[in-house]
Amino acid sequence: MSVLVFSNPNEGSFAKSALEACTYGAKVAKALGTDCHAVTYGQVSDAEIAKLGAHGATVVHKAGSLETPDSGQLSKLIATAAAACNADVILCSHDLTGKAVAPRLSARLKAGLVTGANALPTTDGGFKVNKPVFSGKAFATEVITSAKKVISLMPNSIPPENTGGTAQVQELAGDFGAKKVTVKETKKRTGTISLPDAEKVVSAGRGLKGPENWGMIEELASLLGAATACSRPVADIGWRPHHEHVGQTGVAIRPNLYFAIGISGAIQHLAGVNGSKVIVVINTDPEAPFFKAADYGVVGDAFQVVPKLTEALKAFKG
Amino acid sequence: MKILVCLSKVPDTTTRIAFIDNNTKFDEKDVQFIINPYDEWYALVRGLELKEANTGTVTTITVGGADTDPIIRKALAIGADDAVRIDSPASDAYSTAFQIAEYAKDKAFDMILLGKETIDYNGSQIGGMVAEMLDLPFISLASKLDIAGGKATIECDIPGGTQVLEVEGAFVLSAAKGMAEQRIPNMRGIMAARSKPLNVIPAVAVEPLTKTESYQLPPAKAGVKLVDPDNMAELVRLLHEEAKAI
Ligand SMILES: Cc1cc2nc3c(=O)[nH]c(=O)nc-3n(C[C@H](O)[C@H](O)[C@H](O)COP(=O)(O)OP(=O)(O)OC[C@H]3O[C@@H](n4cnc5c(N)ncnc54)[C@H](O)[C@@H]3O)c2cc1C
Ligand SMILES: Nc1ncnc2c1ncn2[C@@H]1O[C@H](COP(=O)(O)O)[C@@H](O)[C@H]1O
Repeated sequence: MSVLVFSNPNEGSFAKSALEACTYGAKVAKALGTDCHAVTYGQVSDAEIAKLGAHGATVVHKAGSLETPDSGQLSKLIATAAAACNADVILCSHDLTGKAVAPRLSARLKAGLVTGANALPTTDGGFKVNKPVFSGKAFATEVITSAKKVISLMPNSIPPENTGGTAQVQELAGDFGAKKVTVKETKKRTGTISLPDAEKVVSAGRGLKGPENWGMIEELASLLGAATACSRPVADIGWRPHHEHVGQTGVAIRPNLYFAIGISGAIQHLAGVNGSKVIVVINTDPEAPFFKAADYGVVGDAFQVVPKLTEALKAFKG
Repeated sequence: MKILVCLSKVPDTTTRIAFIDNNTKFDEKDVQFIINPYDEWYALVRGLELKEANTGTVTTITVGGADTDPIIRKALAIGADDAVRIDSPASDAYSTAFQIAEYAKDKAFDMILLGKETIDYNGSQIGGMVAEMLDLPFISLASKLDIAGGKATIECDIPGGTQVLEVEGAFVLSAAKGMAEQRIPNMRGIMAARSKPLNVIPAVAVEPLTKTESYQLPPAKAGVKLVDPDNMAELVRLLHEEAKAI
């Protein structure tokens, strides 16, 4: 048996979350006393493939001719690779593609699935995996009772580790079925950091009074290399684009650093951001509920505090 | 146009989360239950809009006990034509998906719409499983859905942008924000819902593949450290030296 990681290339390269999943796979394989294989597809350069080896895969199965957004084809691809390397545990990242592929694979292989795992499985007394539930307000220990298992890893849960290894590459052939979903158009936003992957996020709420005041938020974010986010009413009134809305009904994020500026800290907002490692709150109201969830707080007016913070950061960076 | 919308019952978004029986069970005491917001606001309402624009029917399906009937009635009040409840406590995602797929397999639905995830267990599992069991294409986290000439055009948020996808024939789709606007049921809808069919169907036998062993609450925060608004250099120092976040 072995452990198989699905490494989804994003425009020909592997994102940090893909390398995290590879590291996770290598660690699971080690704990089970076996090897970690990876499976990928499409146009991926040798240099990118080598990264999978460096992050713990001993063999990379590659279907170079497949190029698809169709989760049906991808689940057939992974199942083919799993059969080739006799994998009992299959892993991927809990990202957009993983969310479509992992459940398909689970149904295809009758393999119990845990999505969004945030730690390594334990194997004494059953195969158990931890994951956040109730939008981060709690955690659950899930037991997978089937022989085959599928796990998707929550991004930013374990750091990728370059162990300097190399992988043997094997071309993977098979019938992956007909493509039923086609991409008509891809629209890229330029110059912004994608929220779910961001390690730092600067977020602002209704306390900022109007869209014209976001300049200082963007300046702070760019100085930190952070993505920008907002509370739900801010997106609903149209001050900020919808993809920036974080919380229970928006994007759930777990960056290393989260700035909440002029956001009250309603339970539905906290639900999507409370996985953040460090939370900084800036709010005029010392009674704002957000302070209870914060690591650092500044009771003050954002219009004065944020420019001062930006100056202090510039001085710090030199 | 024959549309199936999958509905789940979840605790209201303001619920204080607590566990009982040695942390093995969610404490339902005093908890208000609602339709999962993604199912109600996006999947159901978009299904209704497509039906209204093209004629057809919207059927809802829920795997659950009689305790789910109130949320099903609400969906009928919002405008669904009829409802199906598979009479079985929802156990793991695999067995829930299996029930839905068994029901749908010979009914020739043009589309099966779900929410992107339930806000309690945050699975994002059922949609992909149903799609695989029925051998249908699956589009996850869609923010727009339009139908024209037998083809569905779907928009999804991707990291750093959006993608427009096209699917021919029947499909399964999970809905994220942007698909539609929430609809509040009116008095007429609520009255009409009383006489709409809610068909209770026995479950088929299926073994779950996972189970929840226990729950934990996150460790309490140590407490906020307040920094003087006139001393942002101190905040930067703390973030750098103490939190190691910058
Ligand atoms: C079913 C449901 C789902 C929801 N999902 C979400 C979700 O996913 N995400 C989400 O964010 N919300 C969500 N909400 C809404 C949520 O309940 C709150 O209404 C919302 O988060 C409040 O946004 P806010 O903090 O920006 O605004 P407000 O609550 O208006 O708070 C503004 C804050 O800014 C402070 N402030 C004012 N002026 C200044 C200043 N000059 N400087 C600094 N601070 C200032 C105020 O003290 C206040 O704390 C949901 C609600 C429901 C019912
Ligand atoms: N018990 C259930 N009955 C019917 N549909 C469900 C049930 N549980 C979940 N769903 C649907 O599947 C979607 C995703 O749920 P999950 O995979 O559990 O996060 C939900 O948004 C619902 O549309």
